[in-house]
Order: sequence, then structure tokens, then C-alpha cells
Amino acid sequence: MRLLTHNMLACNIKGVTKGYPLKIEATKTEEKETDFNAGFLRHIYPKLDWKALREAAASLGLEELPEQVEPSQLEDEDFLRRFHHVLLEIHLEEGALVCPETGRRFPVSKGIPNMLLNEDEV
Amino acid sequence: MWFLAFFAHRHLDFRIAEVESLVKLCGVEGQLQWKKPEGDHEHSPFYYFDLPSEEVAKKVAGRSILLKGLYEVWGSGHTVEEVEAGIRAYPEERKAPFLGEDVSFKVVVDGFGKAFTMEEQLQKMERFAFIPWKGPVRMKDPDVRFWIIDSLGGYDPLGLPPLQDRIIFFGREIGASERGVLGKYDLKKRRYIGPTSMDAEISFLMANQGLARPGSLVFDPFCGTGSCLIPAAHFGALTLGADIDIRVVKYGKRGHTIWSNFEQYGLTAPVAILRADNHQQPWRNDIRETFHAIVCDPPYGVRAGGRKSGGKKLLSGKAEPYVLTEQQKDGHIPSTAPYTLAECLHDLLDLAARTLVIGGRLVFFVPCSVPDYDPKQLPTHPILRLVANSEQLLTRKFSRRLLTMQKTGPYTDELAAAAAETSREFRERHVEIVEQSRNEEIKALLCSSKRGEEDGNEVEVANGDDGEDGDVPVTEGGVRDELRTYRAKWC
Repeated sequence: MRLLTHNMLACNIKGVTKGYPLKIEATKTEEKETDFNAGFLRHIYPKLDWKALREAAASLGLEELPEQVEPSQLEDEDFLRRFHHVLLEIHLEEGALVCPETGRRFPVSKGIPNMLLNEDEV
Repeated sequence: MWFLAFFAHRHLDFRIAEVESLVKLCGVEGQLQWKKPEGDHEHSPFYYFDLPSEEVAKKVAGRSILLKGLYEVWGSGHTVEEVEAGIRAYPEERKAPFLGEDVSFKVVVDGFGKAFTMEEQLQKMERFAFIPWKGPVRMKDPDVRFWIIDSLGGYDPLGLPPLQDRIIFFGREIGASERGVLGKYDLKKRRYIGPTSMDAEISFLMANQGLARPGSLVFDPFCGTGSCLIPAAHFGALTLGADIDIRVVKYGKRGHTIWSNFEQYGLTAPVAILRADNHQQPWRNDIRETFHAIVCDPPYGVRAGGRKSGGKKLLSGKAEPYVLTEQQKDGHIPSTAPYTLAECLHDLLDLAARTLVIGGRLVFFVPCSVPDYDPKQLPTHPILRLVANSEQLLTRKFSRRLLTMQKTGPYTDELAAAAAETSREFRERHVEIVEQSRNEEIKALLCSSKRGEEDGNEVEVANGDDGEDGDVPVTEGGVRDELRTYRAKWC
């Protein structure tokens, strides 16, 4: 799974109010090339939780993203390429996503996060 | 400009919807104008569409699955003489640019419901020798293709009433379909499929209805082996899939997984494949207007009925939830319970209303009873407008309809409450329909084209019954036997 997905996922256990953002525990990450599409990046930028994306990138030791993005940067190809790389080209293959409130671990294996809840959590 | 459309004789109810979607995909706003040639009926392969330019027509035809092509008609009529008169009367300035010395060309002869022999084709071509072509004939990659389409007053191969009197068209090809791409995506050649994998043709139609294109994000909450997402990825969209069954999404079969299906075709791997429950979605609450399309085949079948989290006993209050110890949590497979169609559709429409961009599309199948069909049975949502409703007959009594809904405005909490109320009414109305369709489902299963395509494959039940008390009403062997009996009788 890519960081774009991480940015959209939350812990949905009954009663949890702050199940976002999930902490990443990575044991294996991979880089996979993805077609660059500036229009898509401009579409998705305002939907993202930028702080969560920055923190996720930092926790994986990736190149730093700026704290704030100026509208002009969304026209700048250099910036968009860096943004694209972090958002879409880094895959979490093995590890876990951890709920910040309950500490519940959602395992990620073979690139697939298991977000399914147990009987006592629905 | 009016263009003649010559359709492949397949999925008749999907044809106009597909053209409408593709015209929209080309950025053309407004209602598409179309008409049938004189004296024709709705099953005709010939329609006329009013499109703003040749460029649009070329794009629409190229991406279409159900069109053979779009043509500028120079002459048409019930007899060759009428066609000739038409061509002679057609404005010189429209013809001259394509008849010059430096324009290579080819003449294609086609019919409807009949293939012409080479001799017959030559005879027909000779009849048009009066056209003053000056350029060289080139069989491969000519500059222009001219088409002689002679319907011969054909009968519908399915035994429907006669289509029309003989009608002949002579026209210049503006665009031709790349339908051949379906061969590459044929399920028979796909490495990993399950019993509910969507056949290539229908899944491409779904991607077209969803306006999949580069830069769009397409989600399938019931992705299974990825068959509804693959065409979207083929058209350059980013894809995202979820499924409740971990065996399908993670383990696959004989080393092949959903990922290897994308690899097989050289497509960009999905943004993510998740194991998740449509009823307990794992998205953060404030996700709005993010997906451009949600394209799916919700589970309603016998072999892959819907499942949601929580055991049957747990949800009905007959059992207390049991708390797992840390040790048990590793590798624990949570129970699932049956998920009714009405409930599933409510969750799906709510998901679409929340997460689609405005103008984004929800494309999904619903099962319907043919004799008792009433559009009022279809699910509705205040901000999802039904833009297409195409029926695919599975048996005489049972069909499925591909619904395309377009999001018309922003999602609010009041809307969510109103939608929940609509959904409750829908659910009550639907109980009867669902009861009935259960009896019919088996027949649908037996005659549906998507099952048929899998005959050559070894298929395993991909749907999980990993719960404590699931229902798997029909066994694999039973279905195969019934299939033979049923086909011998009806197909």
C-alpha cells in the first residue's frame, strides 16, 4: 500500500474517536514506479491530511516535505515530482498500522493492510 | 454533425449509455442527440449520433466496446440506386478531399447478420466504381476507409422480429472501435480469477460508464480478483480495491494474486488492496470528494453472497462478543455474517455520496426480476442521479441491471439522515423482491455469460465462509450438474 492509502485510512473500532492518523511500523518497504500525473496530484492535494503525510514520510525516513504548500508549488514540476514520489511510489509491504488511541495493530502483509475488526470491536 | 453508428450486436441495452458516457468523457457537455434510421426499431445496429466534431467521433469510436465504428454517410437507401443518387448529390467539397491522388484508401464491405464471401464483396464494390477515386488502394493503414454496409433486411439472429427492410449505407470511416483489446483481457487467459470475476466485455463497459481516464481514482469495495478494476487501470486510472475475504486478496491461487493480474497486463498496480468490510469502512470520517468513480459488482449471488463483520449470533444478540487474548489475536480470523443486498446497497450509496467527486460516478449491478421489474425498486439517493440503467438478461425471469449514478452536489449530515430514511423504505419494499430473486438466482447463475466464460477454468469458491455459522447453500458440483440440465433445456 502507498502513503496515499495510509492518509485515508483510520481505525474504525466502535467508540474510538481519534483513530487517525495510524502510526506506521514498517519492516519492509519497496519503491515502485508510478505514472506521473500532475492533474491527479492537484486534485488529491486538498483532500489529504498534509500533516499526516509529512509525518508518515518522516517515519519512513523519506525526503522531507515542506510544512506548508503554497498554491504556486502545485504548479512547480520539481515539487510535484517529490510529492508524487512520496505519495505514490513508496509501498509498505510488511509491517503494521497502529491506532493512536487504542494501540490496536492492523497488520500489513504482502502489501495488504487487514483492516477487518474482531468480534469484540464491531 | 450527424454520424452513423454501426454497433456490434451485443448488450443492446448498453449501447446508447456507452456512447453517452464516452461523449461526456471527451468533455462535451449537454444532452446527447441521437436518432434511429427511418422505419427502424430499437434493436437496430444502426443509429445516428449528433457529435460536435470528427475528433470527438474518432475518440468515442476508438474507446467504445459496443460500436464497430462511426461514419460520415455519403449515401444511403433501400436500393443501390438510391445510395448512388445520394452519393452523387452529396456536396462535392465534402467528398473531394478524400478522393485526391495523394489519398490512399480502402473499401470495406460489411453486413448485418451475414458475412459476405470475397466474391460478393467484390461485386458490391464494383457497383460503386462510379466514384472518381484517384488515389492508390492500400490494404494496410490507408489514409481513408470507405464502408459499404448492406443489411440485406436481415433478421435478428436471436429470433426477434425482422429489423427493417434492406438498408445500404456508403460512408467514410471517422473512427473504428478497438474492440480487439477484449481478446487480451479474456478471462480464459487471466492468471487469477474467481467464480464472480466479471467478464472482460462487461467490465470494460463498466469502466467506460465510470469515465475511467488518466488522473482519475477508481474504487471497488468488492474487488475480489480485481476484474472490475483492471479495465479502469487499462484506461490509465489509479485503482483502489477492498474485499472482506482475505483468501482472495492476499493468498490468491497457485502463486497468482490480484497483484499478478495487474502485472500480467503491464498495468499500474492498485494504490492499495485492503482487506476491509463495506459495512465498517476503514476510511477517515472526513473523506469527501476523493474518488472519481466507484465501480463494482456487489455480492448478491449464491456462490458469493455478501458477508459483513461479526458473527450471526453476535449480531442477533444471541451471543456475547468474546474477548481475544493477545495470543489468540495473531492469526485470528474474525467471524462474518450474511450481508443483505438492501443493507449492502445502502452502505454503497452512502459511500458514493460521501466520497465521490461532484460529477463522479457510481457504477454497479443490481439483480432484478424481469416480469416484476418496476423502476421504483431501484435504490435512490438524494444526491445521486441515475444517468443510465442497462439491462442484461440472464434468463427469461431474471436479469441484472448496470446502474450508473452521478453525484450532483455536496454531502451533508441532513442528506445522510434523509438517505437513511429512503434506504429503510427501500429495504422494506425490497424484502419481497429479494425473496423472489433467491428462487431465481440459481437460474441466473446457470445462464449468466460470466459463469459461462469460466467453463474452461478450474474455479474455486473465492468467497469466504470463514465465520462460525455461514451459509453456503449450493455446492460446486451441484451447480455444475444443474447447469448441464438447465442448458440442455433452455440454452
